[in-house]
Amino acid sequence: MSVVVYVALWAGAAVFAVATAARAWMYARTPIHLRWELYPVPHEDPEKVKHGGSYFEDKDWWTHKHRYNLAGELRVMVPEMLFLNALREHNRKLWYRSFPFHFGLYMLAGTCGLVLAAALASLASPALVAGPVGTTLQWVYALSGVAGMLLALFGALGLLHRRLTDADLKTYTTAGDIFNLLFFVAAFGVLTAGVLLRAPGDPSLVALVRGVLTFDWALQVPGLLAAGIVLCALLAAYIPLTHMAHFVGKYFTYHSVRWNDQVNLRGSTIEAKLAEYLTYRPTWSAAHVGADGTRTWADIATTNPWEGAKK
Amino acid sequence: MKDRIKLTDMSRRDRKPLAHLENQDLMPLPYPLEAPEKDHAWAVLSDKVTGSVECGLDDTCAINIPQPKTREDEDELVKKFLAGLDKLFTKENNWTFLQPLVLSMEHCAKCQTCSDACHIYEASGENELYRPTFRSEIVRRLYFKSVKHGGVLSAWQHGDIDVNWPLVARLAELAYRCNLCRRCAQTCPIGADNGLVAHELRKVFSQELGINAKECHDNGSVLQLKVGSSTGMSSLVVKDNIEFIDEDMMDRTGIKVETPWDVEGADVLLIHNAGEILAWPENPGAFALILSAAGIKWTLSSELAGYDSINYGLWYDDAQFARVAIKHAQAAKKLGVKKIVLGECGHAHKALSVIADRVLTGDLNIPRESSMTLLRDIVMNDRLKLDPSRNAFPVTLHDPCNLVRLMGVVEPQREIVRKICPQFREMEPHGVDNYCCGGGSGFAIMSGNNFQDWRFHVSGRKKMEQVLNAFAECMDPSINKYICAPCSNCKGQFRDMLAYYDLWNKNRILYGGLVELIVNCMVDAKPGFIDWEWH
Repeated sequence: MSVVVYVALWAGAAVFAVATAARAWMYARTPIHLRWELYPVPHEDPEKVKHGGSYFEDKDWWTHKHRYNLAGELRVMVPEMLFLNALREHNRKLWYRSFPFHFGLYMLAGTCGLVLAAALASLASPALVAGPVGTTLQWVYALSGVAGMLLALFGALGLLHRRLTDADLKTYTTAGDIFNLLFFVAAFGVLTAGVLLRAPGDPSLVALVRGVLTFDWALQVPGLLAAGIVLCALLAAYIPLTHMAHFVGKYFTYHSVRWNDQVNLRGSTIEAKLAEYLTYRPTWSAAHVGADGTRTWADIATTNPWEGAKK
Repeated sequence: MKDRIKLTDMSRRDRKPLAHLENQDLMPLPYPLEAPEKDHAWAVLSDKVTGSVECGLDDTCAINIPQPKTREDEDELVKKFLAGLDKLFTKENNWTFLQPLVLSMEHCAKCQTCSDACHIYEASGENELYRPTFRSEIVRRLYFKSVKHGGVLSAWQHGDIDVNWPLVARLAELAYRCNLCRRCAQTCPIGADNGLVAHELRKVFSQELGINAKECHDNGSVLQLKVGSSTGMSSLVVKDNIEFIDEDMMDRTGIKVETPWDVEGADVLLIHNAGEILAWPENPGAFALILSAAGIKWTLSSELAGYDSINYGLWYDDAQFARVAIKHAQAAKKLGVKKIVLGECGHAHKALSVIADRVLTGDLNIPRESSMTLLRDIVMNDRLKLDPSRNAFPVTLHDPCNLVRLMGVVEPQREIVRKICPQFREMEPHGVDNYCCGGGSGFAIMSGNNFQDWRFHVSGRKKMEQVLNAFAECMDPSINKYICAPCSNCKGQFRDMLAYYDLWNKNRILYGGLVELIVNCMVDAKPGFIDWEWH
């Protein structure tokens, strides 16, 4: 049983990491697009952020130094990540379900981190996690794990219920959407049961992770717990292959699109990139574009097919 | 209760419209437009139109796609559309918007948070067809099916859609039921952008199939590139008109105005939306008076497109957009001006200042500034003697989406209005949370078939509600009221809406620009520049 669990965990983590990185890489290497920001942009001057203003409000704005207000951005970004502020503000009914779901996931991710840290520490020096420190740590990850699991389960069931009953959502809900939520419910449900129903003498979570890290084939993983772990590993591998990877997409939609107000200055790296893009050769077919596959964007943009033509 | 329109209905082979709205279906309006039964009936599309062009979407028809004669013709068009869709997702063809488009395709959670933000969806009485995600969801399914070559598993995950000519034709029309105001994108928790999807859809149809709104293309960007302005005015005609406006300004204000043309090395090249010159000549006249009185060294340009800031390509076509933006920059470069200042035109602001920022390189990258900031500098630094008591009437301020939500120019115009209009009141919501006037993305100039009926009843409805609420306590016709709309397209929409509902005659609600309010309270000018007459 331990072989299956170890392979699932290592493979799940590897697929998650590789697929997430590949997705991020795919978005990052697309060309710099034309500006398409939406105000307010939180890294603007704090006085301007209050009303959603930009540096365009300043006379001769190009003569001023444009300061990047990182604190302002963090003030919006961190609560948005943790508490889903946009959803709370604009779709409260869904937030009541989505927030516990996402916060539960964060708590579970944190629990995994703590368990991993405890396992690594115990491997390095068992004394590190012995005594009161170990007991406290055990309580913290047990509580955060249970709370995270309950929140995520409650949220997933709530989202599932809403997808199945709300007419506004039903039209757009696919079989895949239902499956995704059921997958969460099943994986977390089985894992919770597996953790809670462990018999005395079954390995603790830290012992389990230690076994994963050291390939301890002698470790006996109870069947239900093993099933929960395998399901969660499959889920972890599955998420970045779907639109649920919006934790990656959201970084780009906010930082590269909504909040991207970077000016194209003469001699800048943006200008150098644009020079490259203007050599691309489009193949649009409409006659007025004049793209035949040999002409570049620069050729097309600087050609006026109608200049001199009579009205 | 009407049946909810389904995504699969878009592929229906019959040409019967998917949606039909009655006045009773629409979002209620406040006094004096609260009775739907007294509202205008919608004009019905003629048999000639329904028999010759694709009108299978709703009660109107914006772009007049001829009905294909045979199934083979239909298939050919579908093939071209799908080829165009493929191109939309390649960097060679669409580096301009590839990243935001792919992100919107791949990460919408279909939570419908955006729906409540859309004035068109709300005004329609929440008709499913106009939900921001309806259009996007179809494009998204096409993306996974056709562009990503998704199989059964993908269809199961992302949803399937039958691709046929009725779907494509309806999609083309549906791309023109969005004002591109991007209020929906502002509320999206993930940052998906349904406005962008509509924009990109318009591009596929224009750039691949040559299908677009005649008002934006043939009579818009093409005419501008042909003669210099979408109004059809050549440089000779525009100079004549401006000369007449200068004379008229002298008569109305007692101040001599002489608009400078083609001044090399001027500090400011002012570019108006040339529609102002024909429809609201007092606006360029007021600009000329203010800039001259404030001692600004400024000029207009008589170069091709240099006297018309419009750039309709912004709404439907990257090639046309880039061509016009470059013409504007070349006009400024030729004169060697220090900066370009954009007159009261929202989309021109965004086009040249924001979007063209990554089109104009090298010596074409000439600084561009909003007239709002220049005017704020003049007014707030007391470079003109102003008497706000001359503006002692209720004023509300409309926020053009392109200027505010999409560019962040929010306060300069407010500072001015607060200073010179003692009875100023905000619409709610306002600023970056504003609602579109309903004429955005070309709708204000689109009036083919019965499109105006849709524009008045649906896309302009939310703004009308806001205006009526802003003036709720002073609707009596004895009180003149002023909607300050510093944008030509928005003014066009207000003009048409106020006329349609007769709100000038019945309730004395007038509209106009910002510079008119400034000149109206200039101490050195004769009183009464705003003449409180309908025009």
